[in-house]
Amino acid sequence: MSSATIPPGAEAPIFYETEEHHHEAGASTMLGFWLYLMSDCLIFAMLFAAYGVYGGSYAGGPDQRELFELPLVAVNTAMLLFSSITYGFAMIAMDENRKGATQAWLAVTGLFGLAFLGIELYEFSNLIHEGAGPWRSAFLSAFFTLVGTHGLHVTFGIIWLVTLMVQVGRKGLIPDNKRRLQCLSLFWHFLDVIWIGVFTFVYLLGVLR
Amino acid sequence: MSETLLKTIFGRLTLDSFPIHEPILVGTFIAVAFGGAVVLGALTYFKLWGYLWKEWFTTVDHKRIGIMYMILGIVMLLRGFADALMMRAQQAMAFGGNEGFLPAHHYDQVFTAHGVIMIFFVAMPFVTGLMNYVVPLQIGARDVSFPFLNNFSFWMTVSGAVIVMASLFVGEFARTGWLAMAPLSGLDYSPDVGVDYYIWALQIAGVGTLLSGVNLLATIIKMRAPGMTLMKMPIFTWTALATNTLIVAAFPILTAVLAMLSLDRYIGTNFFTNTGGGNPMMYVNMIWIWGHPEVYILILPLFGVFSEVTSTFTSKRLFGYTSMVYAVLVITILAYLVWLHHFFTMGSGASVNSFFGITTMIISIPTGAKIFNWLFTMYKGRIRFELPMMWTIAFMITFVIGGMTGVLLAVPPADFVLHNSLFLVAHFHNVIIGGVVFGVFAAINYWFPKAFGFKLDKFWGTVSFWCWTIGFYVAFMPLYVLGLMGVTRRLRHFDDPSLQIWFIIAALGALMIAAGIGALLMQFWVSFRNREALRDTTGDPWGGRTLEWATSSPPPDYNFAFTPVVHDLDAWYDMKSRGAVRPTEGFRAIHMPRYTGAGVILAGCATVFGLAMIWYIWWLAALSFVALLAVAIGHTFNYDRDYYIPVEEVIETENARTKALAAGA
Repeated sequence: MSSATIPPGAEAPIFYETEEHHHEAGASTMLGFWLYLMSDCLIFAMLFAAYGVYGGSYAGGPDQRELFELPLVAVNTAMLLFSSITYGFAMIAMDENRKGATQAWLAVTGLFGLAFLGIELYEFSNLIHEGAGPWRSAFLSAFFTLVGTHGLHVTFGIIWLVTLMVQVGRKGLIPDNKRRLQCLSLFWHFLDVIWIGVFTFVYLLGVLR
Repeated sequence: MSETLLKTIFGRLTLDSFPIHEPILVGTFIAVAFGGAVVLGALTYFKLWGYLWKEWFTTVDHKRIGIMYMILGIVMLLRGFADALMMRAQQAMAFGGNEGFLPAHHYDQVFTAHGVIMIFFVAMPFVTGLMNYVVPLQIGARDVSFPFLNNFSFWMTVSGAVIVMASLFVGEFARTGWLAMAPLSGLDYSPDVGVDYYIWALQIAGVGTLLSGVNLLATIIKMRAPGMTLMKMPIFTWTALATNTLIVAAFPILTAVLAMLSLDRYIGTNFFTNTGGGNPMMYVNMIWIWGHPEVYILILPLFGVFSEVTSTFTSKRLFGYTSMVYAVLVITILAYLVWLHHFFTMGSGASVNSFFGITTMIISIPTGAKIFNWLFTMYKGRIRFELPMMWTIAFMITFVIGGMTGVLLAVPPADFVLHNSLFLVAHFHNVIIGGVVFGVFAAINYWFPKAFGFKLDKFWGTVSFWCWTIGFYVAFMPLYVLGLMGVTRRLRHFDDPSLQIWFIIAALGALMIAAGIGALLMQFWVSFRNREALRDTTGDPWGGRTLEWATSSPPPDYNFAFTPVVHDLDAWYDMKSRGAVRPTEGFRAIHMPRYTGAGVILAGCATVFGLAMIWYIWWLAALSFVALLAVAIGHTFNYDRDYYIPVEEVIETENARTKALAAGA
């Protein structure tokens, strides 16, 4: 935003911008995407709040200490954190305009993401088999919803990632695709941050509870 | 065919789902089907489908999308108001032995649908439509930040409206009241499809609202004309900024709480149930954390409208612009600190109730400051009593009354008496009709000439104005009286015959409002017929002060051939008074976004998905969801999203404007 001020008494102020005025395509995209992420963050805030309220509502069912297997969750957390690092490498490769390396790192990121989802689904199915499904108690409803919503986000992230790999493959690292990769980067790291919240407040504090 | 096969194919949709035994619904259906057939037939006969699709449905032009939002609001207003008339009629007659004409099962749906439709599909489209139309013009931009998203948002809102309307003829709507409070809205007490219609209509429309909030926020932050610093922004744009901040910060809450309610209903979780550790008061808290900001989402843009109208029609700069901006921001923040006043009776204790009572009363301070700003703007101004100004004055008087009853309700002990009474119903209609609805009419009368190039007829506008204003007082003052006497809301039948006279008066008021709506439609028709006499060639029929009046009416697709440079608040007034000369040569081709049908298709998939989820038709839900994803992904493969309006076209358009201006001068 260039600000045009005129000194008092000066004559013929400019009222119209008559010169060519170049608008960068997608100049608002990063801001818009940030705003979307913040709104998404509020959804998680509500789910965290629900978990905070219901975290002790076992309704006679199992509690955190009986259910959570920290080593498994630690491995899972590592998967997601690694995927964030590899996404970072993809972005570095993108900045250097190395298309092949970008795609390779994206693929690695996707695999870590899939591993994360696989472990999460394994954990969920174990819980359900033990009779600790989301319908067992309000605690488990809140747990499954919070963790599951995060998992759904990762799923969509992976679908998006594959889409972008195809698009980079077809069109190369054109500005449009770079912008899209940056958005997904924000999204992916955002999910990492949320997961750190989940890991700390749900799993670690749960076992200490 | 076997039972299971039918169930697999149709879910819980059976022949019994169609309410063929309810004469009111069958009659309505016949009328709607007939009306629909006439409209569709006419569109086909006059070969308008192609035109509508190419020029309107697929448009990414913020002006056309804004107009479509307004049309959606008007159409849904008719539906929501029909519900209101039915309720007024029922309550006016159902005394003693008379059961009225609505069975309880139906009456409960009517009051729920009335509230849901009026808030989500009348007030919200009106507000979003106004912001969409006006904001880019006021800030000197050519469109919003994300034009395609804008189109998609609109169609998602339509999709929600379609789902609500479908509930009228297939199955039923929620019988829970407009916020679907748990545990009544849980599976135990509402096992049928009503609440599911509610959930999916709001979830799908909510996506649209949220995205349009993100869009307008980015637009206002990023796309202002050079020189337009924040404190030189028109006040309507300021209120739009505050409103969209509230939308982005509040609608995700609604999404989350409705998602939890759906999980309770679909997979049997225990968020808001009475058993399994759930807590229904959690629902009440969470939905009001969204719900209270929502009422400011509705009213703030109209505060902006009243500010623009007051300063235009008194030909003065707005009194106290800076204080107005801060008042808007304070209200934006306080909007999040008052939600508990909706349920003082929850039993959260004296300290909590006092806190929320006091924060609620504090809101009257910035609001009062605004009223004084408008009054001081009018003081010693040359007031022109055009229609927008009339609505503004009616608003100031009516809203002050509504505000005072609001402060009354903010006192927790008083609220214990008045909670859930008709006093409350009178209060919120007082502020919503007196504030939002009057504001929307002020805005329609104010900006209509900008959108269509001719003014609205003043005679029918005046008739509408008086019918609405007087009708409002006749319809709702009796409810204050009844509320003080202890009558609770949402009742279908009364035993005490001494109350009946008040309900009859209220029903008469509703009929006057009906006349007001009729006059409004008449006003549109008469104005359209006399459009040549009402034509405005200047683009600035009211002596406007902000940039939307700097371009032609209706504005060209690109809004401004040359981006205006802003030196002062009231930029257009500044340009006029310092003799800015509109450039008549040196035009260039203009870069614009291309129209696309993807938004309509995506929203269509979302509608099918919502209906399939409501009726438990799982295969169709899965199919439509995959289709939704596929279309969305497919759309991202289209990189060819913009084009240049050729310079010849720009020159032609601008020369026509030069000629029109010269002819008028």
